Amino acid sequence: MMPLIEVRGLHFHYDDGTAALNGVDFQLLPGETVVLLGANGSGKTTFVLHLNGLLLGQGEIEVCGMRMSKQNLPQIRHKIGLVFQDSETQLFMPTVLEDVAFGPLNGGMSPEQARQRAHAALEVTGMLEAARKAPYHLSAGEKKRVAIAGILAMQPEILILDEPTTYLDPPGQSSLIQLLRSLPQAKILVTHDAGFAEALAQRACFFERGMITGTGTVRELVQRFGWDRTGVKIAQ
Amino acid sequence: MHHVVLERWSRGDSPLHRRDPRAKTLALLIFLVLVATSRVPFLPLGAAYFCLLIAALVWARLPLAAALARSSVVLPFSVVFAGISLMAGDATRAGALLVKSYLSALAVLLVISTTPMPQLLRGLEGLGVPRFLLMVAQFLYRYLFVISEEAQHMRAASIARGASVRGMVAHRARFRSAAGALAVLFARSYARAESIHQAMLARGFEGRFHLLSASRFRWQDALFLFAAGGLAAAIRLAVERAAL
Amino acid sequence: MHIPDGFLATPVWATLDAAAAPAVVYVARRAQSGFEESQSPLLGVMGAFVFAAQMINFPVGVGTSGHLVGGALLCYTLGPAAATVVMTAILAIQALVFQDGGILALGPNIVNMALLGVLAAWLPFHLWGSGRRRSLAIFLGGACSVLVSAVLALSELLISGVRMPGSVLGISLALFAVSAALEGAITVAVIAALEAMNPNFVRPLERGGSRVLGAVAAGAIFLAVAGVLFASTHPDGIWRLAQDIGLASHARALLHTPLASYEAGFLESVWLRKAVGGLTGLALIFGACLLFGRLVARHRSA
Repeated sequence: MMPLIEVRGLHFHYDDGTAALNGVDFQLLPGETVVLLGANGSGKTTFVLHLNGLLLGQGEIEVCGMRMSKQNLPQIRHKIGLVFQDSETQLFMPTVLEDVAFGPLNGGMSPEQARQRAHAALEVTGMLEAARKAPYHLSAGEKKRVAIAGILAMQPEILILDEPTTYLDPPGQSSLIQLLRSLPQAKILVTHDAGFAEALAQRACFFERGMITGTGTVRELVQRFGWDRTGVKIAQ
Repeated sequence: MHHVVLERWSRGDSPLHRRDPRAKTLALLIFLVLVATSRVPFLPLGAAYFCLLIAALVWARLPLAAALARSSVVLPFSVVFAGISLMAGDATRAGALLVKSYLSALAVLLVISTTPMPQLLRGLEGLGVPRFLLMVAQFLYRYLFVISEEAQHMRAASIARGASVRGMVAHRARFRSAAGALAVLFARSYARAESIHQAMLARGFEGRFHLLSASRFRWQDALFLFAAGGLAAAIRLAVERAAL
Repeated sequence: MHIPDGFLATPVWATLDAAAAPAVVYVARRAQSGFEESQSPLLGVMGAFVFAAQMINFPVGVGTSGHLVGGALLCYTLGPAAATVVMTAILAIQALVFQDGGILALGPNIVNMALLGVLAAWLPFHLWGSGRRRSLAIFLGGACSVLVSAVLALSELLISGVRMPGSVLGISLALFAVSAALEGAITVAVIAALEAMNPNFVRPLERGGSRVLGAVAAGAIFLAVAGVLFASTHPDGIWRLAQDIGLASHARALLHTPLASYEAGFLESVWLRKAVGGLTGLALIFGACLLFGRLVARHRSA
C-alpha cells in the first residue's frame, strides 16, 4: 500500500535558532488512525503544521504521491483537512454555513455547489440546524463539529486534528469519538489524552524534543513512557 | 447586553425580516434624509413619523416597548443640547433635536433588528461599498464579542489585584498596569489574527475571498422600497401642506 | 464625539458624506495595495481590539477614569491608511449596532475621526518620531488626533446652528483638552509596553519624508481647524467676506434648484450664512489635506 503521507528527515528551526524538529521520519497508510503523543513543546503541533505546508522546514514530505513544493501547496491543502485546537479562530466566517462553504469555494466550486457540499458536511456532523447561526453562539462541542464539517466539505483524504478534546467535557469527548469512528478517512490525532487516543488509534508515535522516540500501540507507549490521562508520569 | 438582544431579534421572522437588505437600507436612507431635511418646527411631522415607525415595529413582530427603550441610547447626548437650546430660548430647536435624533435611532434599530449583520454587510456591497472595507467590518463584528470577553476577564482580574492600593503612586501604577493590560490584549489579538490567517491558508485560501452569493432582489423588495419611501414622503408633504 | 442624526444641517452632512465617500474608497484601495485582501482579518481583529480596549479604564484621578480612543495607536502599529480603514469600520459598527453616531452623520464622523483624526496622529510621529523626542511625538499624535476630531465635531455642530453659549463652549474645549492629554498619555504608555514586548509591533518610520513639508502641512491643518472653529462662532464675518468677494450671489444662484425653492425664504436665514461660512472653513481643511497628500506623493516618487 502506498502511504498517503511520507516524511523523511524533517528538520525545523525557529527564527531564534531553537530546534523544534530534529529529524522526523513518518508514514501514514490509507485508512489508519495514528496518534501523536507527547508533552507540550515536544514538537507534535509543529510537525503537523508541516504536513500542509503552513510551516516549511528541511527534509522531504510527500502527500498522496506529490512531493511538497510551493507550487502544489493549494492542492495539498485540499487533500489534508487540518482541524486546529482553537475552534474560535478556525471558524472565522460570520455564519456556520459560510464557514463550512469556505473550503469548497476556495477549491473553485460555484456558490451553489459549495452550498450543497456544506449542507452535506453539516448533515454528517449533525450541525445542519445551526447553519445560519454565528459561531460565537455555539458550545465548544458544537464548534468542533462545525470545524470538522468545514474540513469534510473539502473531501480530503486525510484528517488531522490538533488537541481536539481541549475545551470538551466528557460527553463532548465521547460524541467526538463516535463521530470520528464513523469517518472513513485516514487520521492523525495530536493529543496528550491517552484515553481518547486509545479509543481511536491503532498506532501511536511518541514525540520528545522534536523527534519520534517510540512507536507502538497506545497502551505500549503509555506504559513505556509513563504517560497516563493526567499527563503526570506514573512511577514504574 | 444590547447587541446580543438585537442579534436575537434579527434572527426572527416577519415580512420585514424577509426583505432584501438593500431595500431596507435604501428605505432607511430615504427616511433619514426626509427627517434630516425637514424644517423646524418638527413636532407634527415627528409625531406622524413616530406612528409610522410603530407600525413598522409591529409589522416586524418586534417587542414594542423594548425596541423603543433601546433606541434611547442617543437621548443623553440630545437632552444636553436640547436643554441648552431651551435655556437659550429656542424651544422649537430643542424639540427638533430630541425628536429627530430619537426617530433616526429608532429607524436604524428597526433595520438592524430585522437584518442579520452578515446579510447587511453583503447587501452593502451591492450598494457600492468597497469589499475590503466590508470584509474588515465583517471580521470586526465576528471577533468583537470574543475579544471584548477577553478584555472583561482582564479587567476583572486587574480590579481584583489593584483594589487595595491608594494615592498618587497607586494612580501611576494603575495607569501603567492598565497600559500593560492593553498591550497584552493587543498582542493576543494580533496572535489571534495570525492564527486565523493560518486557518484560512489551511483551507485553501489563495489571496481572494470567494463568498456565497448574496440574496436576490425581488419584486417584493422593490415594492417594499417604493411603498416605504413613498409613504414617508407622502406623510411629509401632507403634514407640511397642512401646516401652511 | 460621535454626532447623532438630527443635529447637523443638511449642507453640512451632505457635503461631508459626499467628501467622505470617495476619500474612504481611495484610502481603502491604498490600504489594499499596502495590505492584501488576506489582511482584512488582521484589520478586523484589531478593530475589535480597539472596541474592547475602550472597556479598560485608565485612572485620571479625582475618582474619574477615561479610556483609549485608539486612532493614534492604530496609526502607529498598522500605518495611517489601514488605521483609517479600521476606524471607518469601527464607526460604521458603532453607528449600526450600538446607535452611537448617526448614519447620515457617518460622513462627518468619518472625516473627523477616521480621516483627519488619523492624519493628525500621523503627522507628529512622521515629523519627530525618529528623534530623541519620540515619546513627545507620540503624545502629541494621540492628543492631536482627539483634539482635531473633537474640535471639528464641535464646529460642525455650531455651523449647523446648535446653540452653545460661551460658557458651555469653554467647558467643552477644556474637556477636550483633558481627553486629548489622556489619549496622548495612554498611547505613549501602550506603545512603550508594546515595544518592550516585541519591537516589530510598531511600524518603522519611512525615511525621506520631508520635514519642511510636514511642518507646513501640520501648520496649515492647525490653522484650518482653528479657523473653522472661529468661523463657526463668528459666521457673520465670513458671510460678509463672501459677499465682498461675490461668492454669496453665486451661492444663491446655485441653490435655486427645485428642491430649494420648495423651501422659499430660507436663503435669507442666519442658518445659511453659518452653513456657508463653515463650509468654507471645512473646504480649507480638505484642500490642505489633498494638497499635502499630492505633494508627498510627488516628493516620494521624485
